[in-house]
Amino acid sequence: MKHILAAWMRDRPGVLNRVTGLLSRRNFNIDSLQVSASEEPGISRMTFEVSGDDRTLEQVRSQLIKLVDVTRVESFAQEAIVKRELALVRVAVGPDERRQVLDLIQVFEATVEDISRTDMLIQIVGREEKIDSLIGLLRDYHLLEMVRTGPVAIVRSAVANVESEPALEPARDTWQGGGV
Amino acid sequence: MHFPPDHFRTTAPPRRITGSEMIWDACVTEGVSLLFGHPGGAILPAYDALAIYEAEGLLHHVLVRHEQCAAHMADGYARATGEVGVCVATSGPGATNLVTGIATAQMDSVPIVCITGQVPSPMLGTDAFQEADIVGVTQPVCKHNYLVTDVADLPMVMKEAFYIAREGRPGPVLVDVCKDVQIAEGEFRYDMEVKLPGFDPYPASWQDALVDAADLINAAEAPLIMAGHGIHLAGVSDVLLRIVEKAEIPVVTTLLGTGNITETHPLSLGMGGMHGEAYANEAVQACDVLIALGMRFDDRITGRLDRFAKQASVVHFELDKAEVGKNVQPDVAVVGDLAETLPALEPFIHPNTHAEWLASLTDRKLSSAGKDILTFELDELVPPFVMRQIWSETTNLRDPSDVLVATDVGQHQMWESQYFVHERAGQLLTSGGLGTMGYGLPAAMGAQMAWPDKLVWAIVGDGGFQMTMQELATIQQEKLPVKIAIINNGFLGMVRQWQQLFHDKRYVGTPVLSPDYVMLAAAYGIPACKVEEPGQVAEAVRAANTTDGPYLIDFQVKEEVNVYPMVAPGAAVDELIRRPHIVQDHGGVVPSF
Repeated sequence: MKHILAAWMRDRPGVLNRVTGLLSRRNFNIDSLQVSASEEPGISRMTFEVSGDDRTLEQVRSQLIKLVDVTRVESFAQEAIVKRELALVRVAVGPDERRQVLDLIQVFEATVEDISRTDMLIQIVGREEKIDSLIGLLRDYHLLEMVRTGPVAIVRSAVANVESEPALEPARDTWQGGGV
Repeated sequence: MHFPPDHFRTTAPPRRITGSEMIWDACVTEGVSLLFGHPGGAILPAYDALAIYEAEGLLHHVLVRHEQCAAHMADGYARATGEVGVCVATSGPGATNLVTGIATAQMDSVPIVCITGQVPSPMLGTDAFQEADIVGVTQPVCKHNYLVTDVADLPMVMKEAFYIAREGRPGPVLVDVCKDVQIAEGEFRYDMEVKLPGFDPYPASWQDALVDAADLINAAEAPLIMAGHGIHLAGVSDVLLRIVEKAEIPVVTTLLGTGNITETHPLSLGMGGMHGEAYANEAVQACDVLIALGMRFDDRITGRLDRFAKQASVVHFELDKAEVGKNVQPDVAVVGDLAETLPALEPFIHPNTHAEWLASLTDRKLSSAGKDILTFELDELVPPFVMRQIWSETTNLRDPSDVLVATDVGQHQMWESQYFVHERAGQLLTSGGLGTMGYGLPAAMGAQMAWPDKLVWAIVGDGGFQMTMQELATIQQEKLPVKIAIINNGFLGMVRQWQQLFHDKRYVGTPVLSPDYVMLAAAYGIPACKVEEPGQVAEAVRAANTTDGPYLIDFQVKEEVNVYPMVAPGAAVDELIRRPHIVQDHGGVVPSF
């Protein structure tokens, strides 16, 4: 089962290293990872997906919060969050096929960021599945290059989050600080 | 130069000093008096500044012969005192040599601060002479670490380093200081508050769980306590004893928990796990409530996890939340400092007798089937006999509370834990988690530096001793009266035992050639003797104990002796390989030889 987590950390040299190093040496299976600024100056926010059962999730949380630079860790129930990803895709499209691709893009509410005689640069934002399907369709053309941010997530509301969290022993409410 | 009287108070007024002076001012203010280290180019300014502190008698530097031993000595010092040990090394190879010692301290929750020199900050990342990214290297094996490139950061970094090492679950912290930072001047003050929003060393919401824990314990008909290192770290072995006696709960300890309860106590079952007594492990598999106190369910104590204490409800008292459910999912977890949670538990525990349960354990204990550890032949020089003799001769001479023992890793380590009668927590210094060969001698030296008047024995094998025996020079230079017992069987004994039991006796890479240890000791000016017969043991131990200064004994023991009982790796804790004659008498798993 996939879980989505967010970790807040002090923006110190090497902090990304500390987090990814911990995840790899503890043998946690990370599907995606994304780092950005948070609402608080000096604090970065990392969003990542981890595969495993609830005990694995609990271990990831407990181990992460032990890092001195990590100030907070939250796990989100999938249904309680808005999760988005951005992808940039360059496709080889000549003038003949351009119309077809533009139709596709319109359906997916994607945008064309750059265009030339030979190719087209497409940007798409949305849920992972939506991006997957557009990319799948674009593979019918010659897909030259692609980059994806990996999902970022934010909770719809704090109340919804707490209610949708499965009850586990020990209690898994939101942690602030904590760890040894 | 003399320091003003209040110079090392945290409230001393801010002063302009060099980075090097900041390092030592911070150490002295933190109560440090001993440094274990080895100088080199990138740490030279700090060593230069050290002269005054040494002259003033504030700090004493112990020159090691290999930096690994500096970390082990700081570790031994820390385990023997409960205070932070400090080691010092230069950049590059000096720093990388520390790594084994840091990892050892991390696995066993030992507070040490490691100060390393680093190339000047403008040269960072250029592959400069003796440059190594020691912060990157040690990140996976320490509690936290710092690279200091600005002298303005140094006072706070030093304060945080000691704080993080000491508070919560203790551990090693490394501070890597660029050479230019050591030379630069800056303002030093030490009255600032440590503010680490991501570091909460003492979780505080354990009260509700405590009641549930007490209910389970009070309702138990066959409760068993498994007491680990956390009891010693929290200093609550007295509380443990009161709870144990009040409710008559038997106790099994982990390796690092040896002595949490005096091993002569009727409710003590000694150490459990891979080389614990059969009855201790059988108790784990028969209890109805397992009360785990300050331990982390290491594979050496649990054996095969899916068959570990499956019949029992598990109550886990632990400071580190990440240890809860890591290996064993408890029914009740009390996550907090045992110095708070255990005294809080005490009044909730009802006085009780578990007569039937205790009688069944006594039966197990008295039956010969349970006597794997206590049986040995006397016609040859066997290690268990040597261990018993060292212990009895030493405690005849000195109060057991004045005796400390450090061991290496392997057969002799297990024999020590089986045949010494540990009387108090912290009496045994051993590398339990990482299993570091070569740890015993330097750890004993660190403990001896902490307690010059105690009798400190280093019990080592011929394999491990040869990994750090260069420290005999340090022993002489520091005039340390450490007593060294080499259990010399010509093999890497534990590996050989595994080869015998699990690899059809193919002794690949395990026969060990040793030098003449008596001559070696003599080269360092250390008195020594060789023991080849059982009848010589007591006299040799007496000679060591009564010699004013260090003494080395080369015990030339029988070569192929195994540690019994043994839980094979991957087996359940009650599937024990027994001593061969016990197998004949009472059945059990027959060893494959």
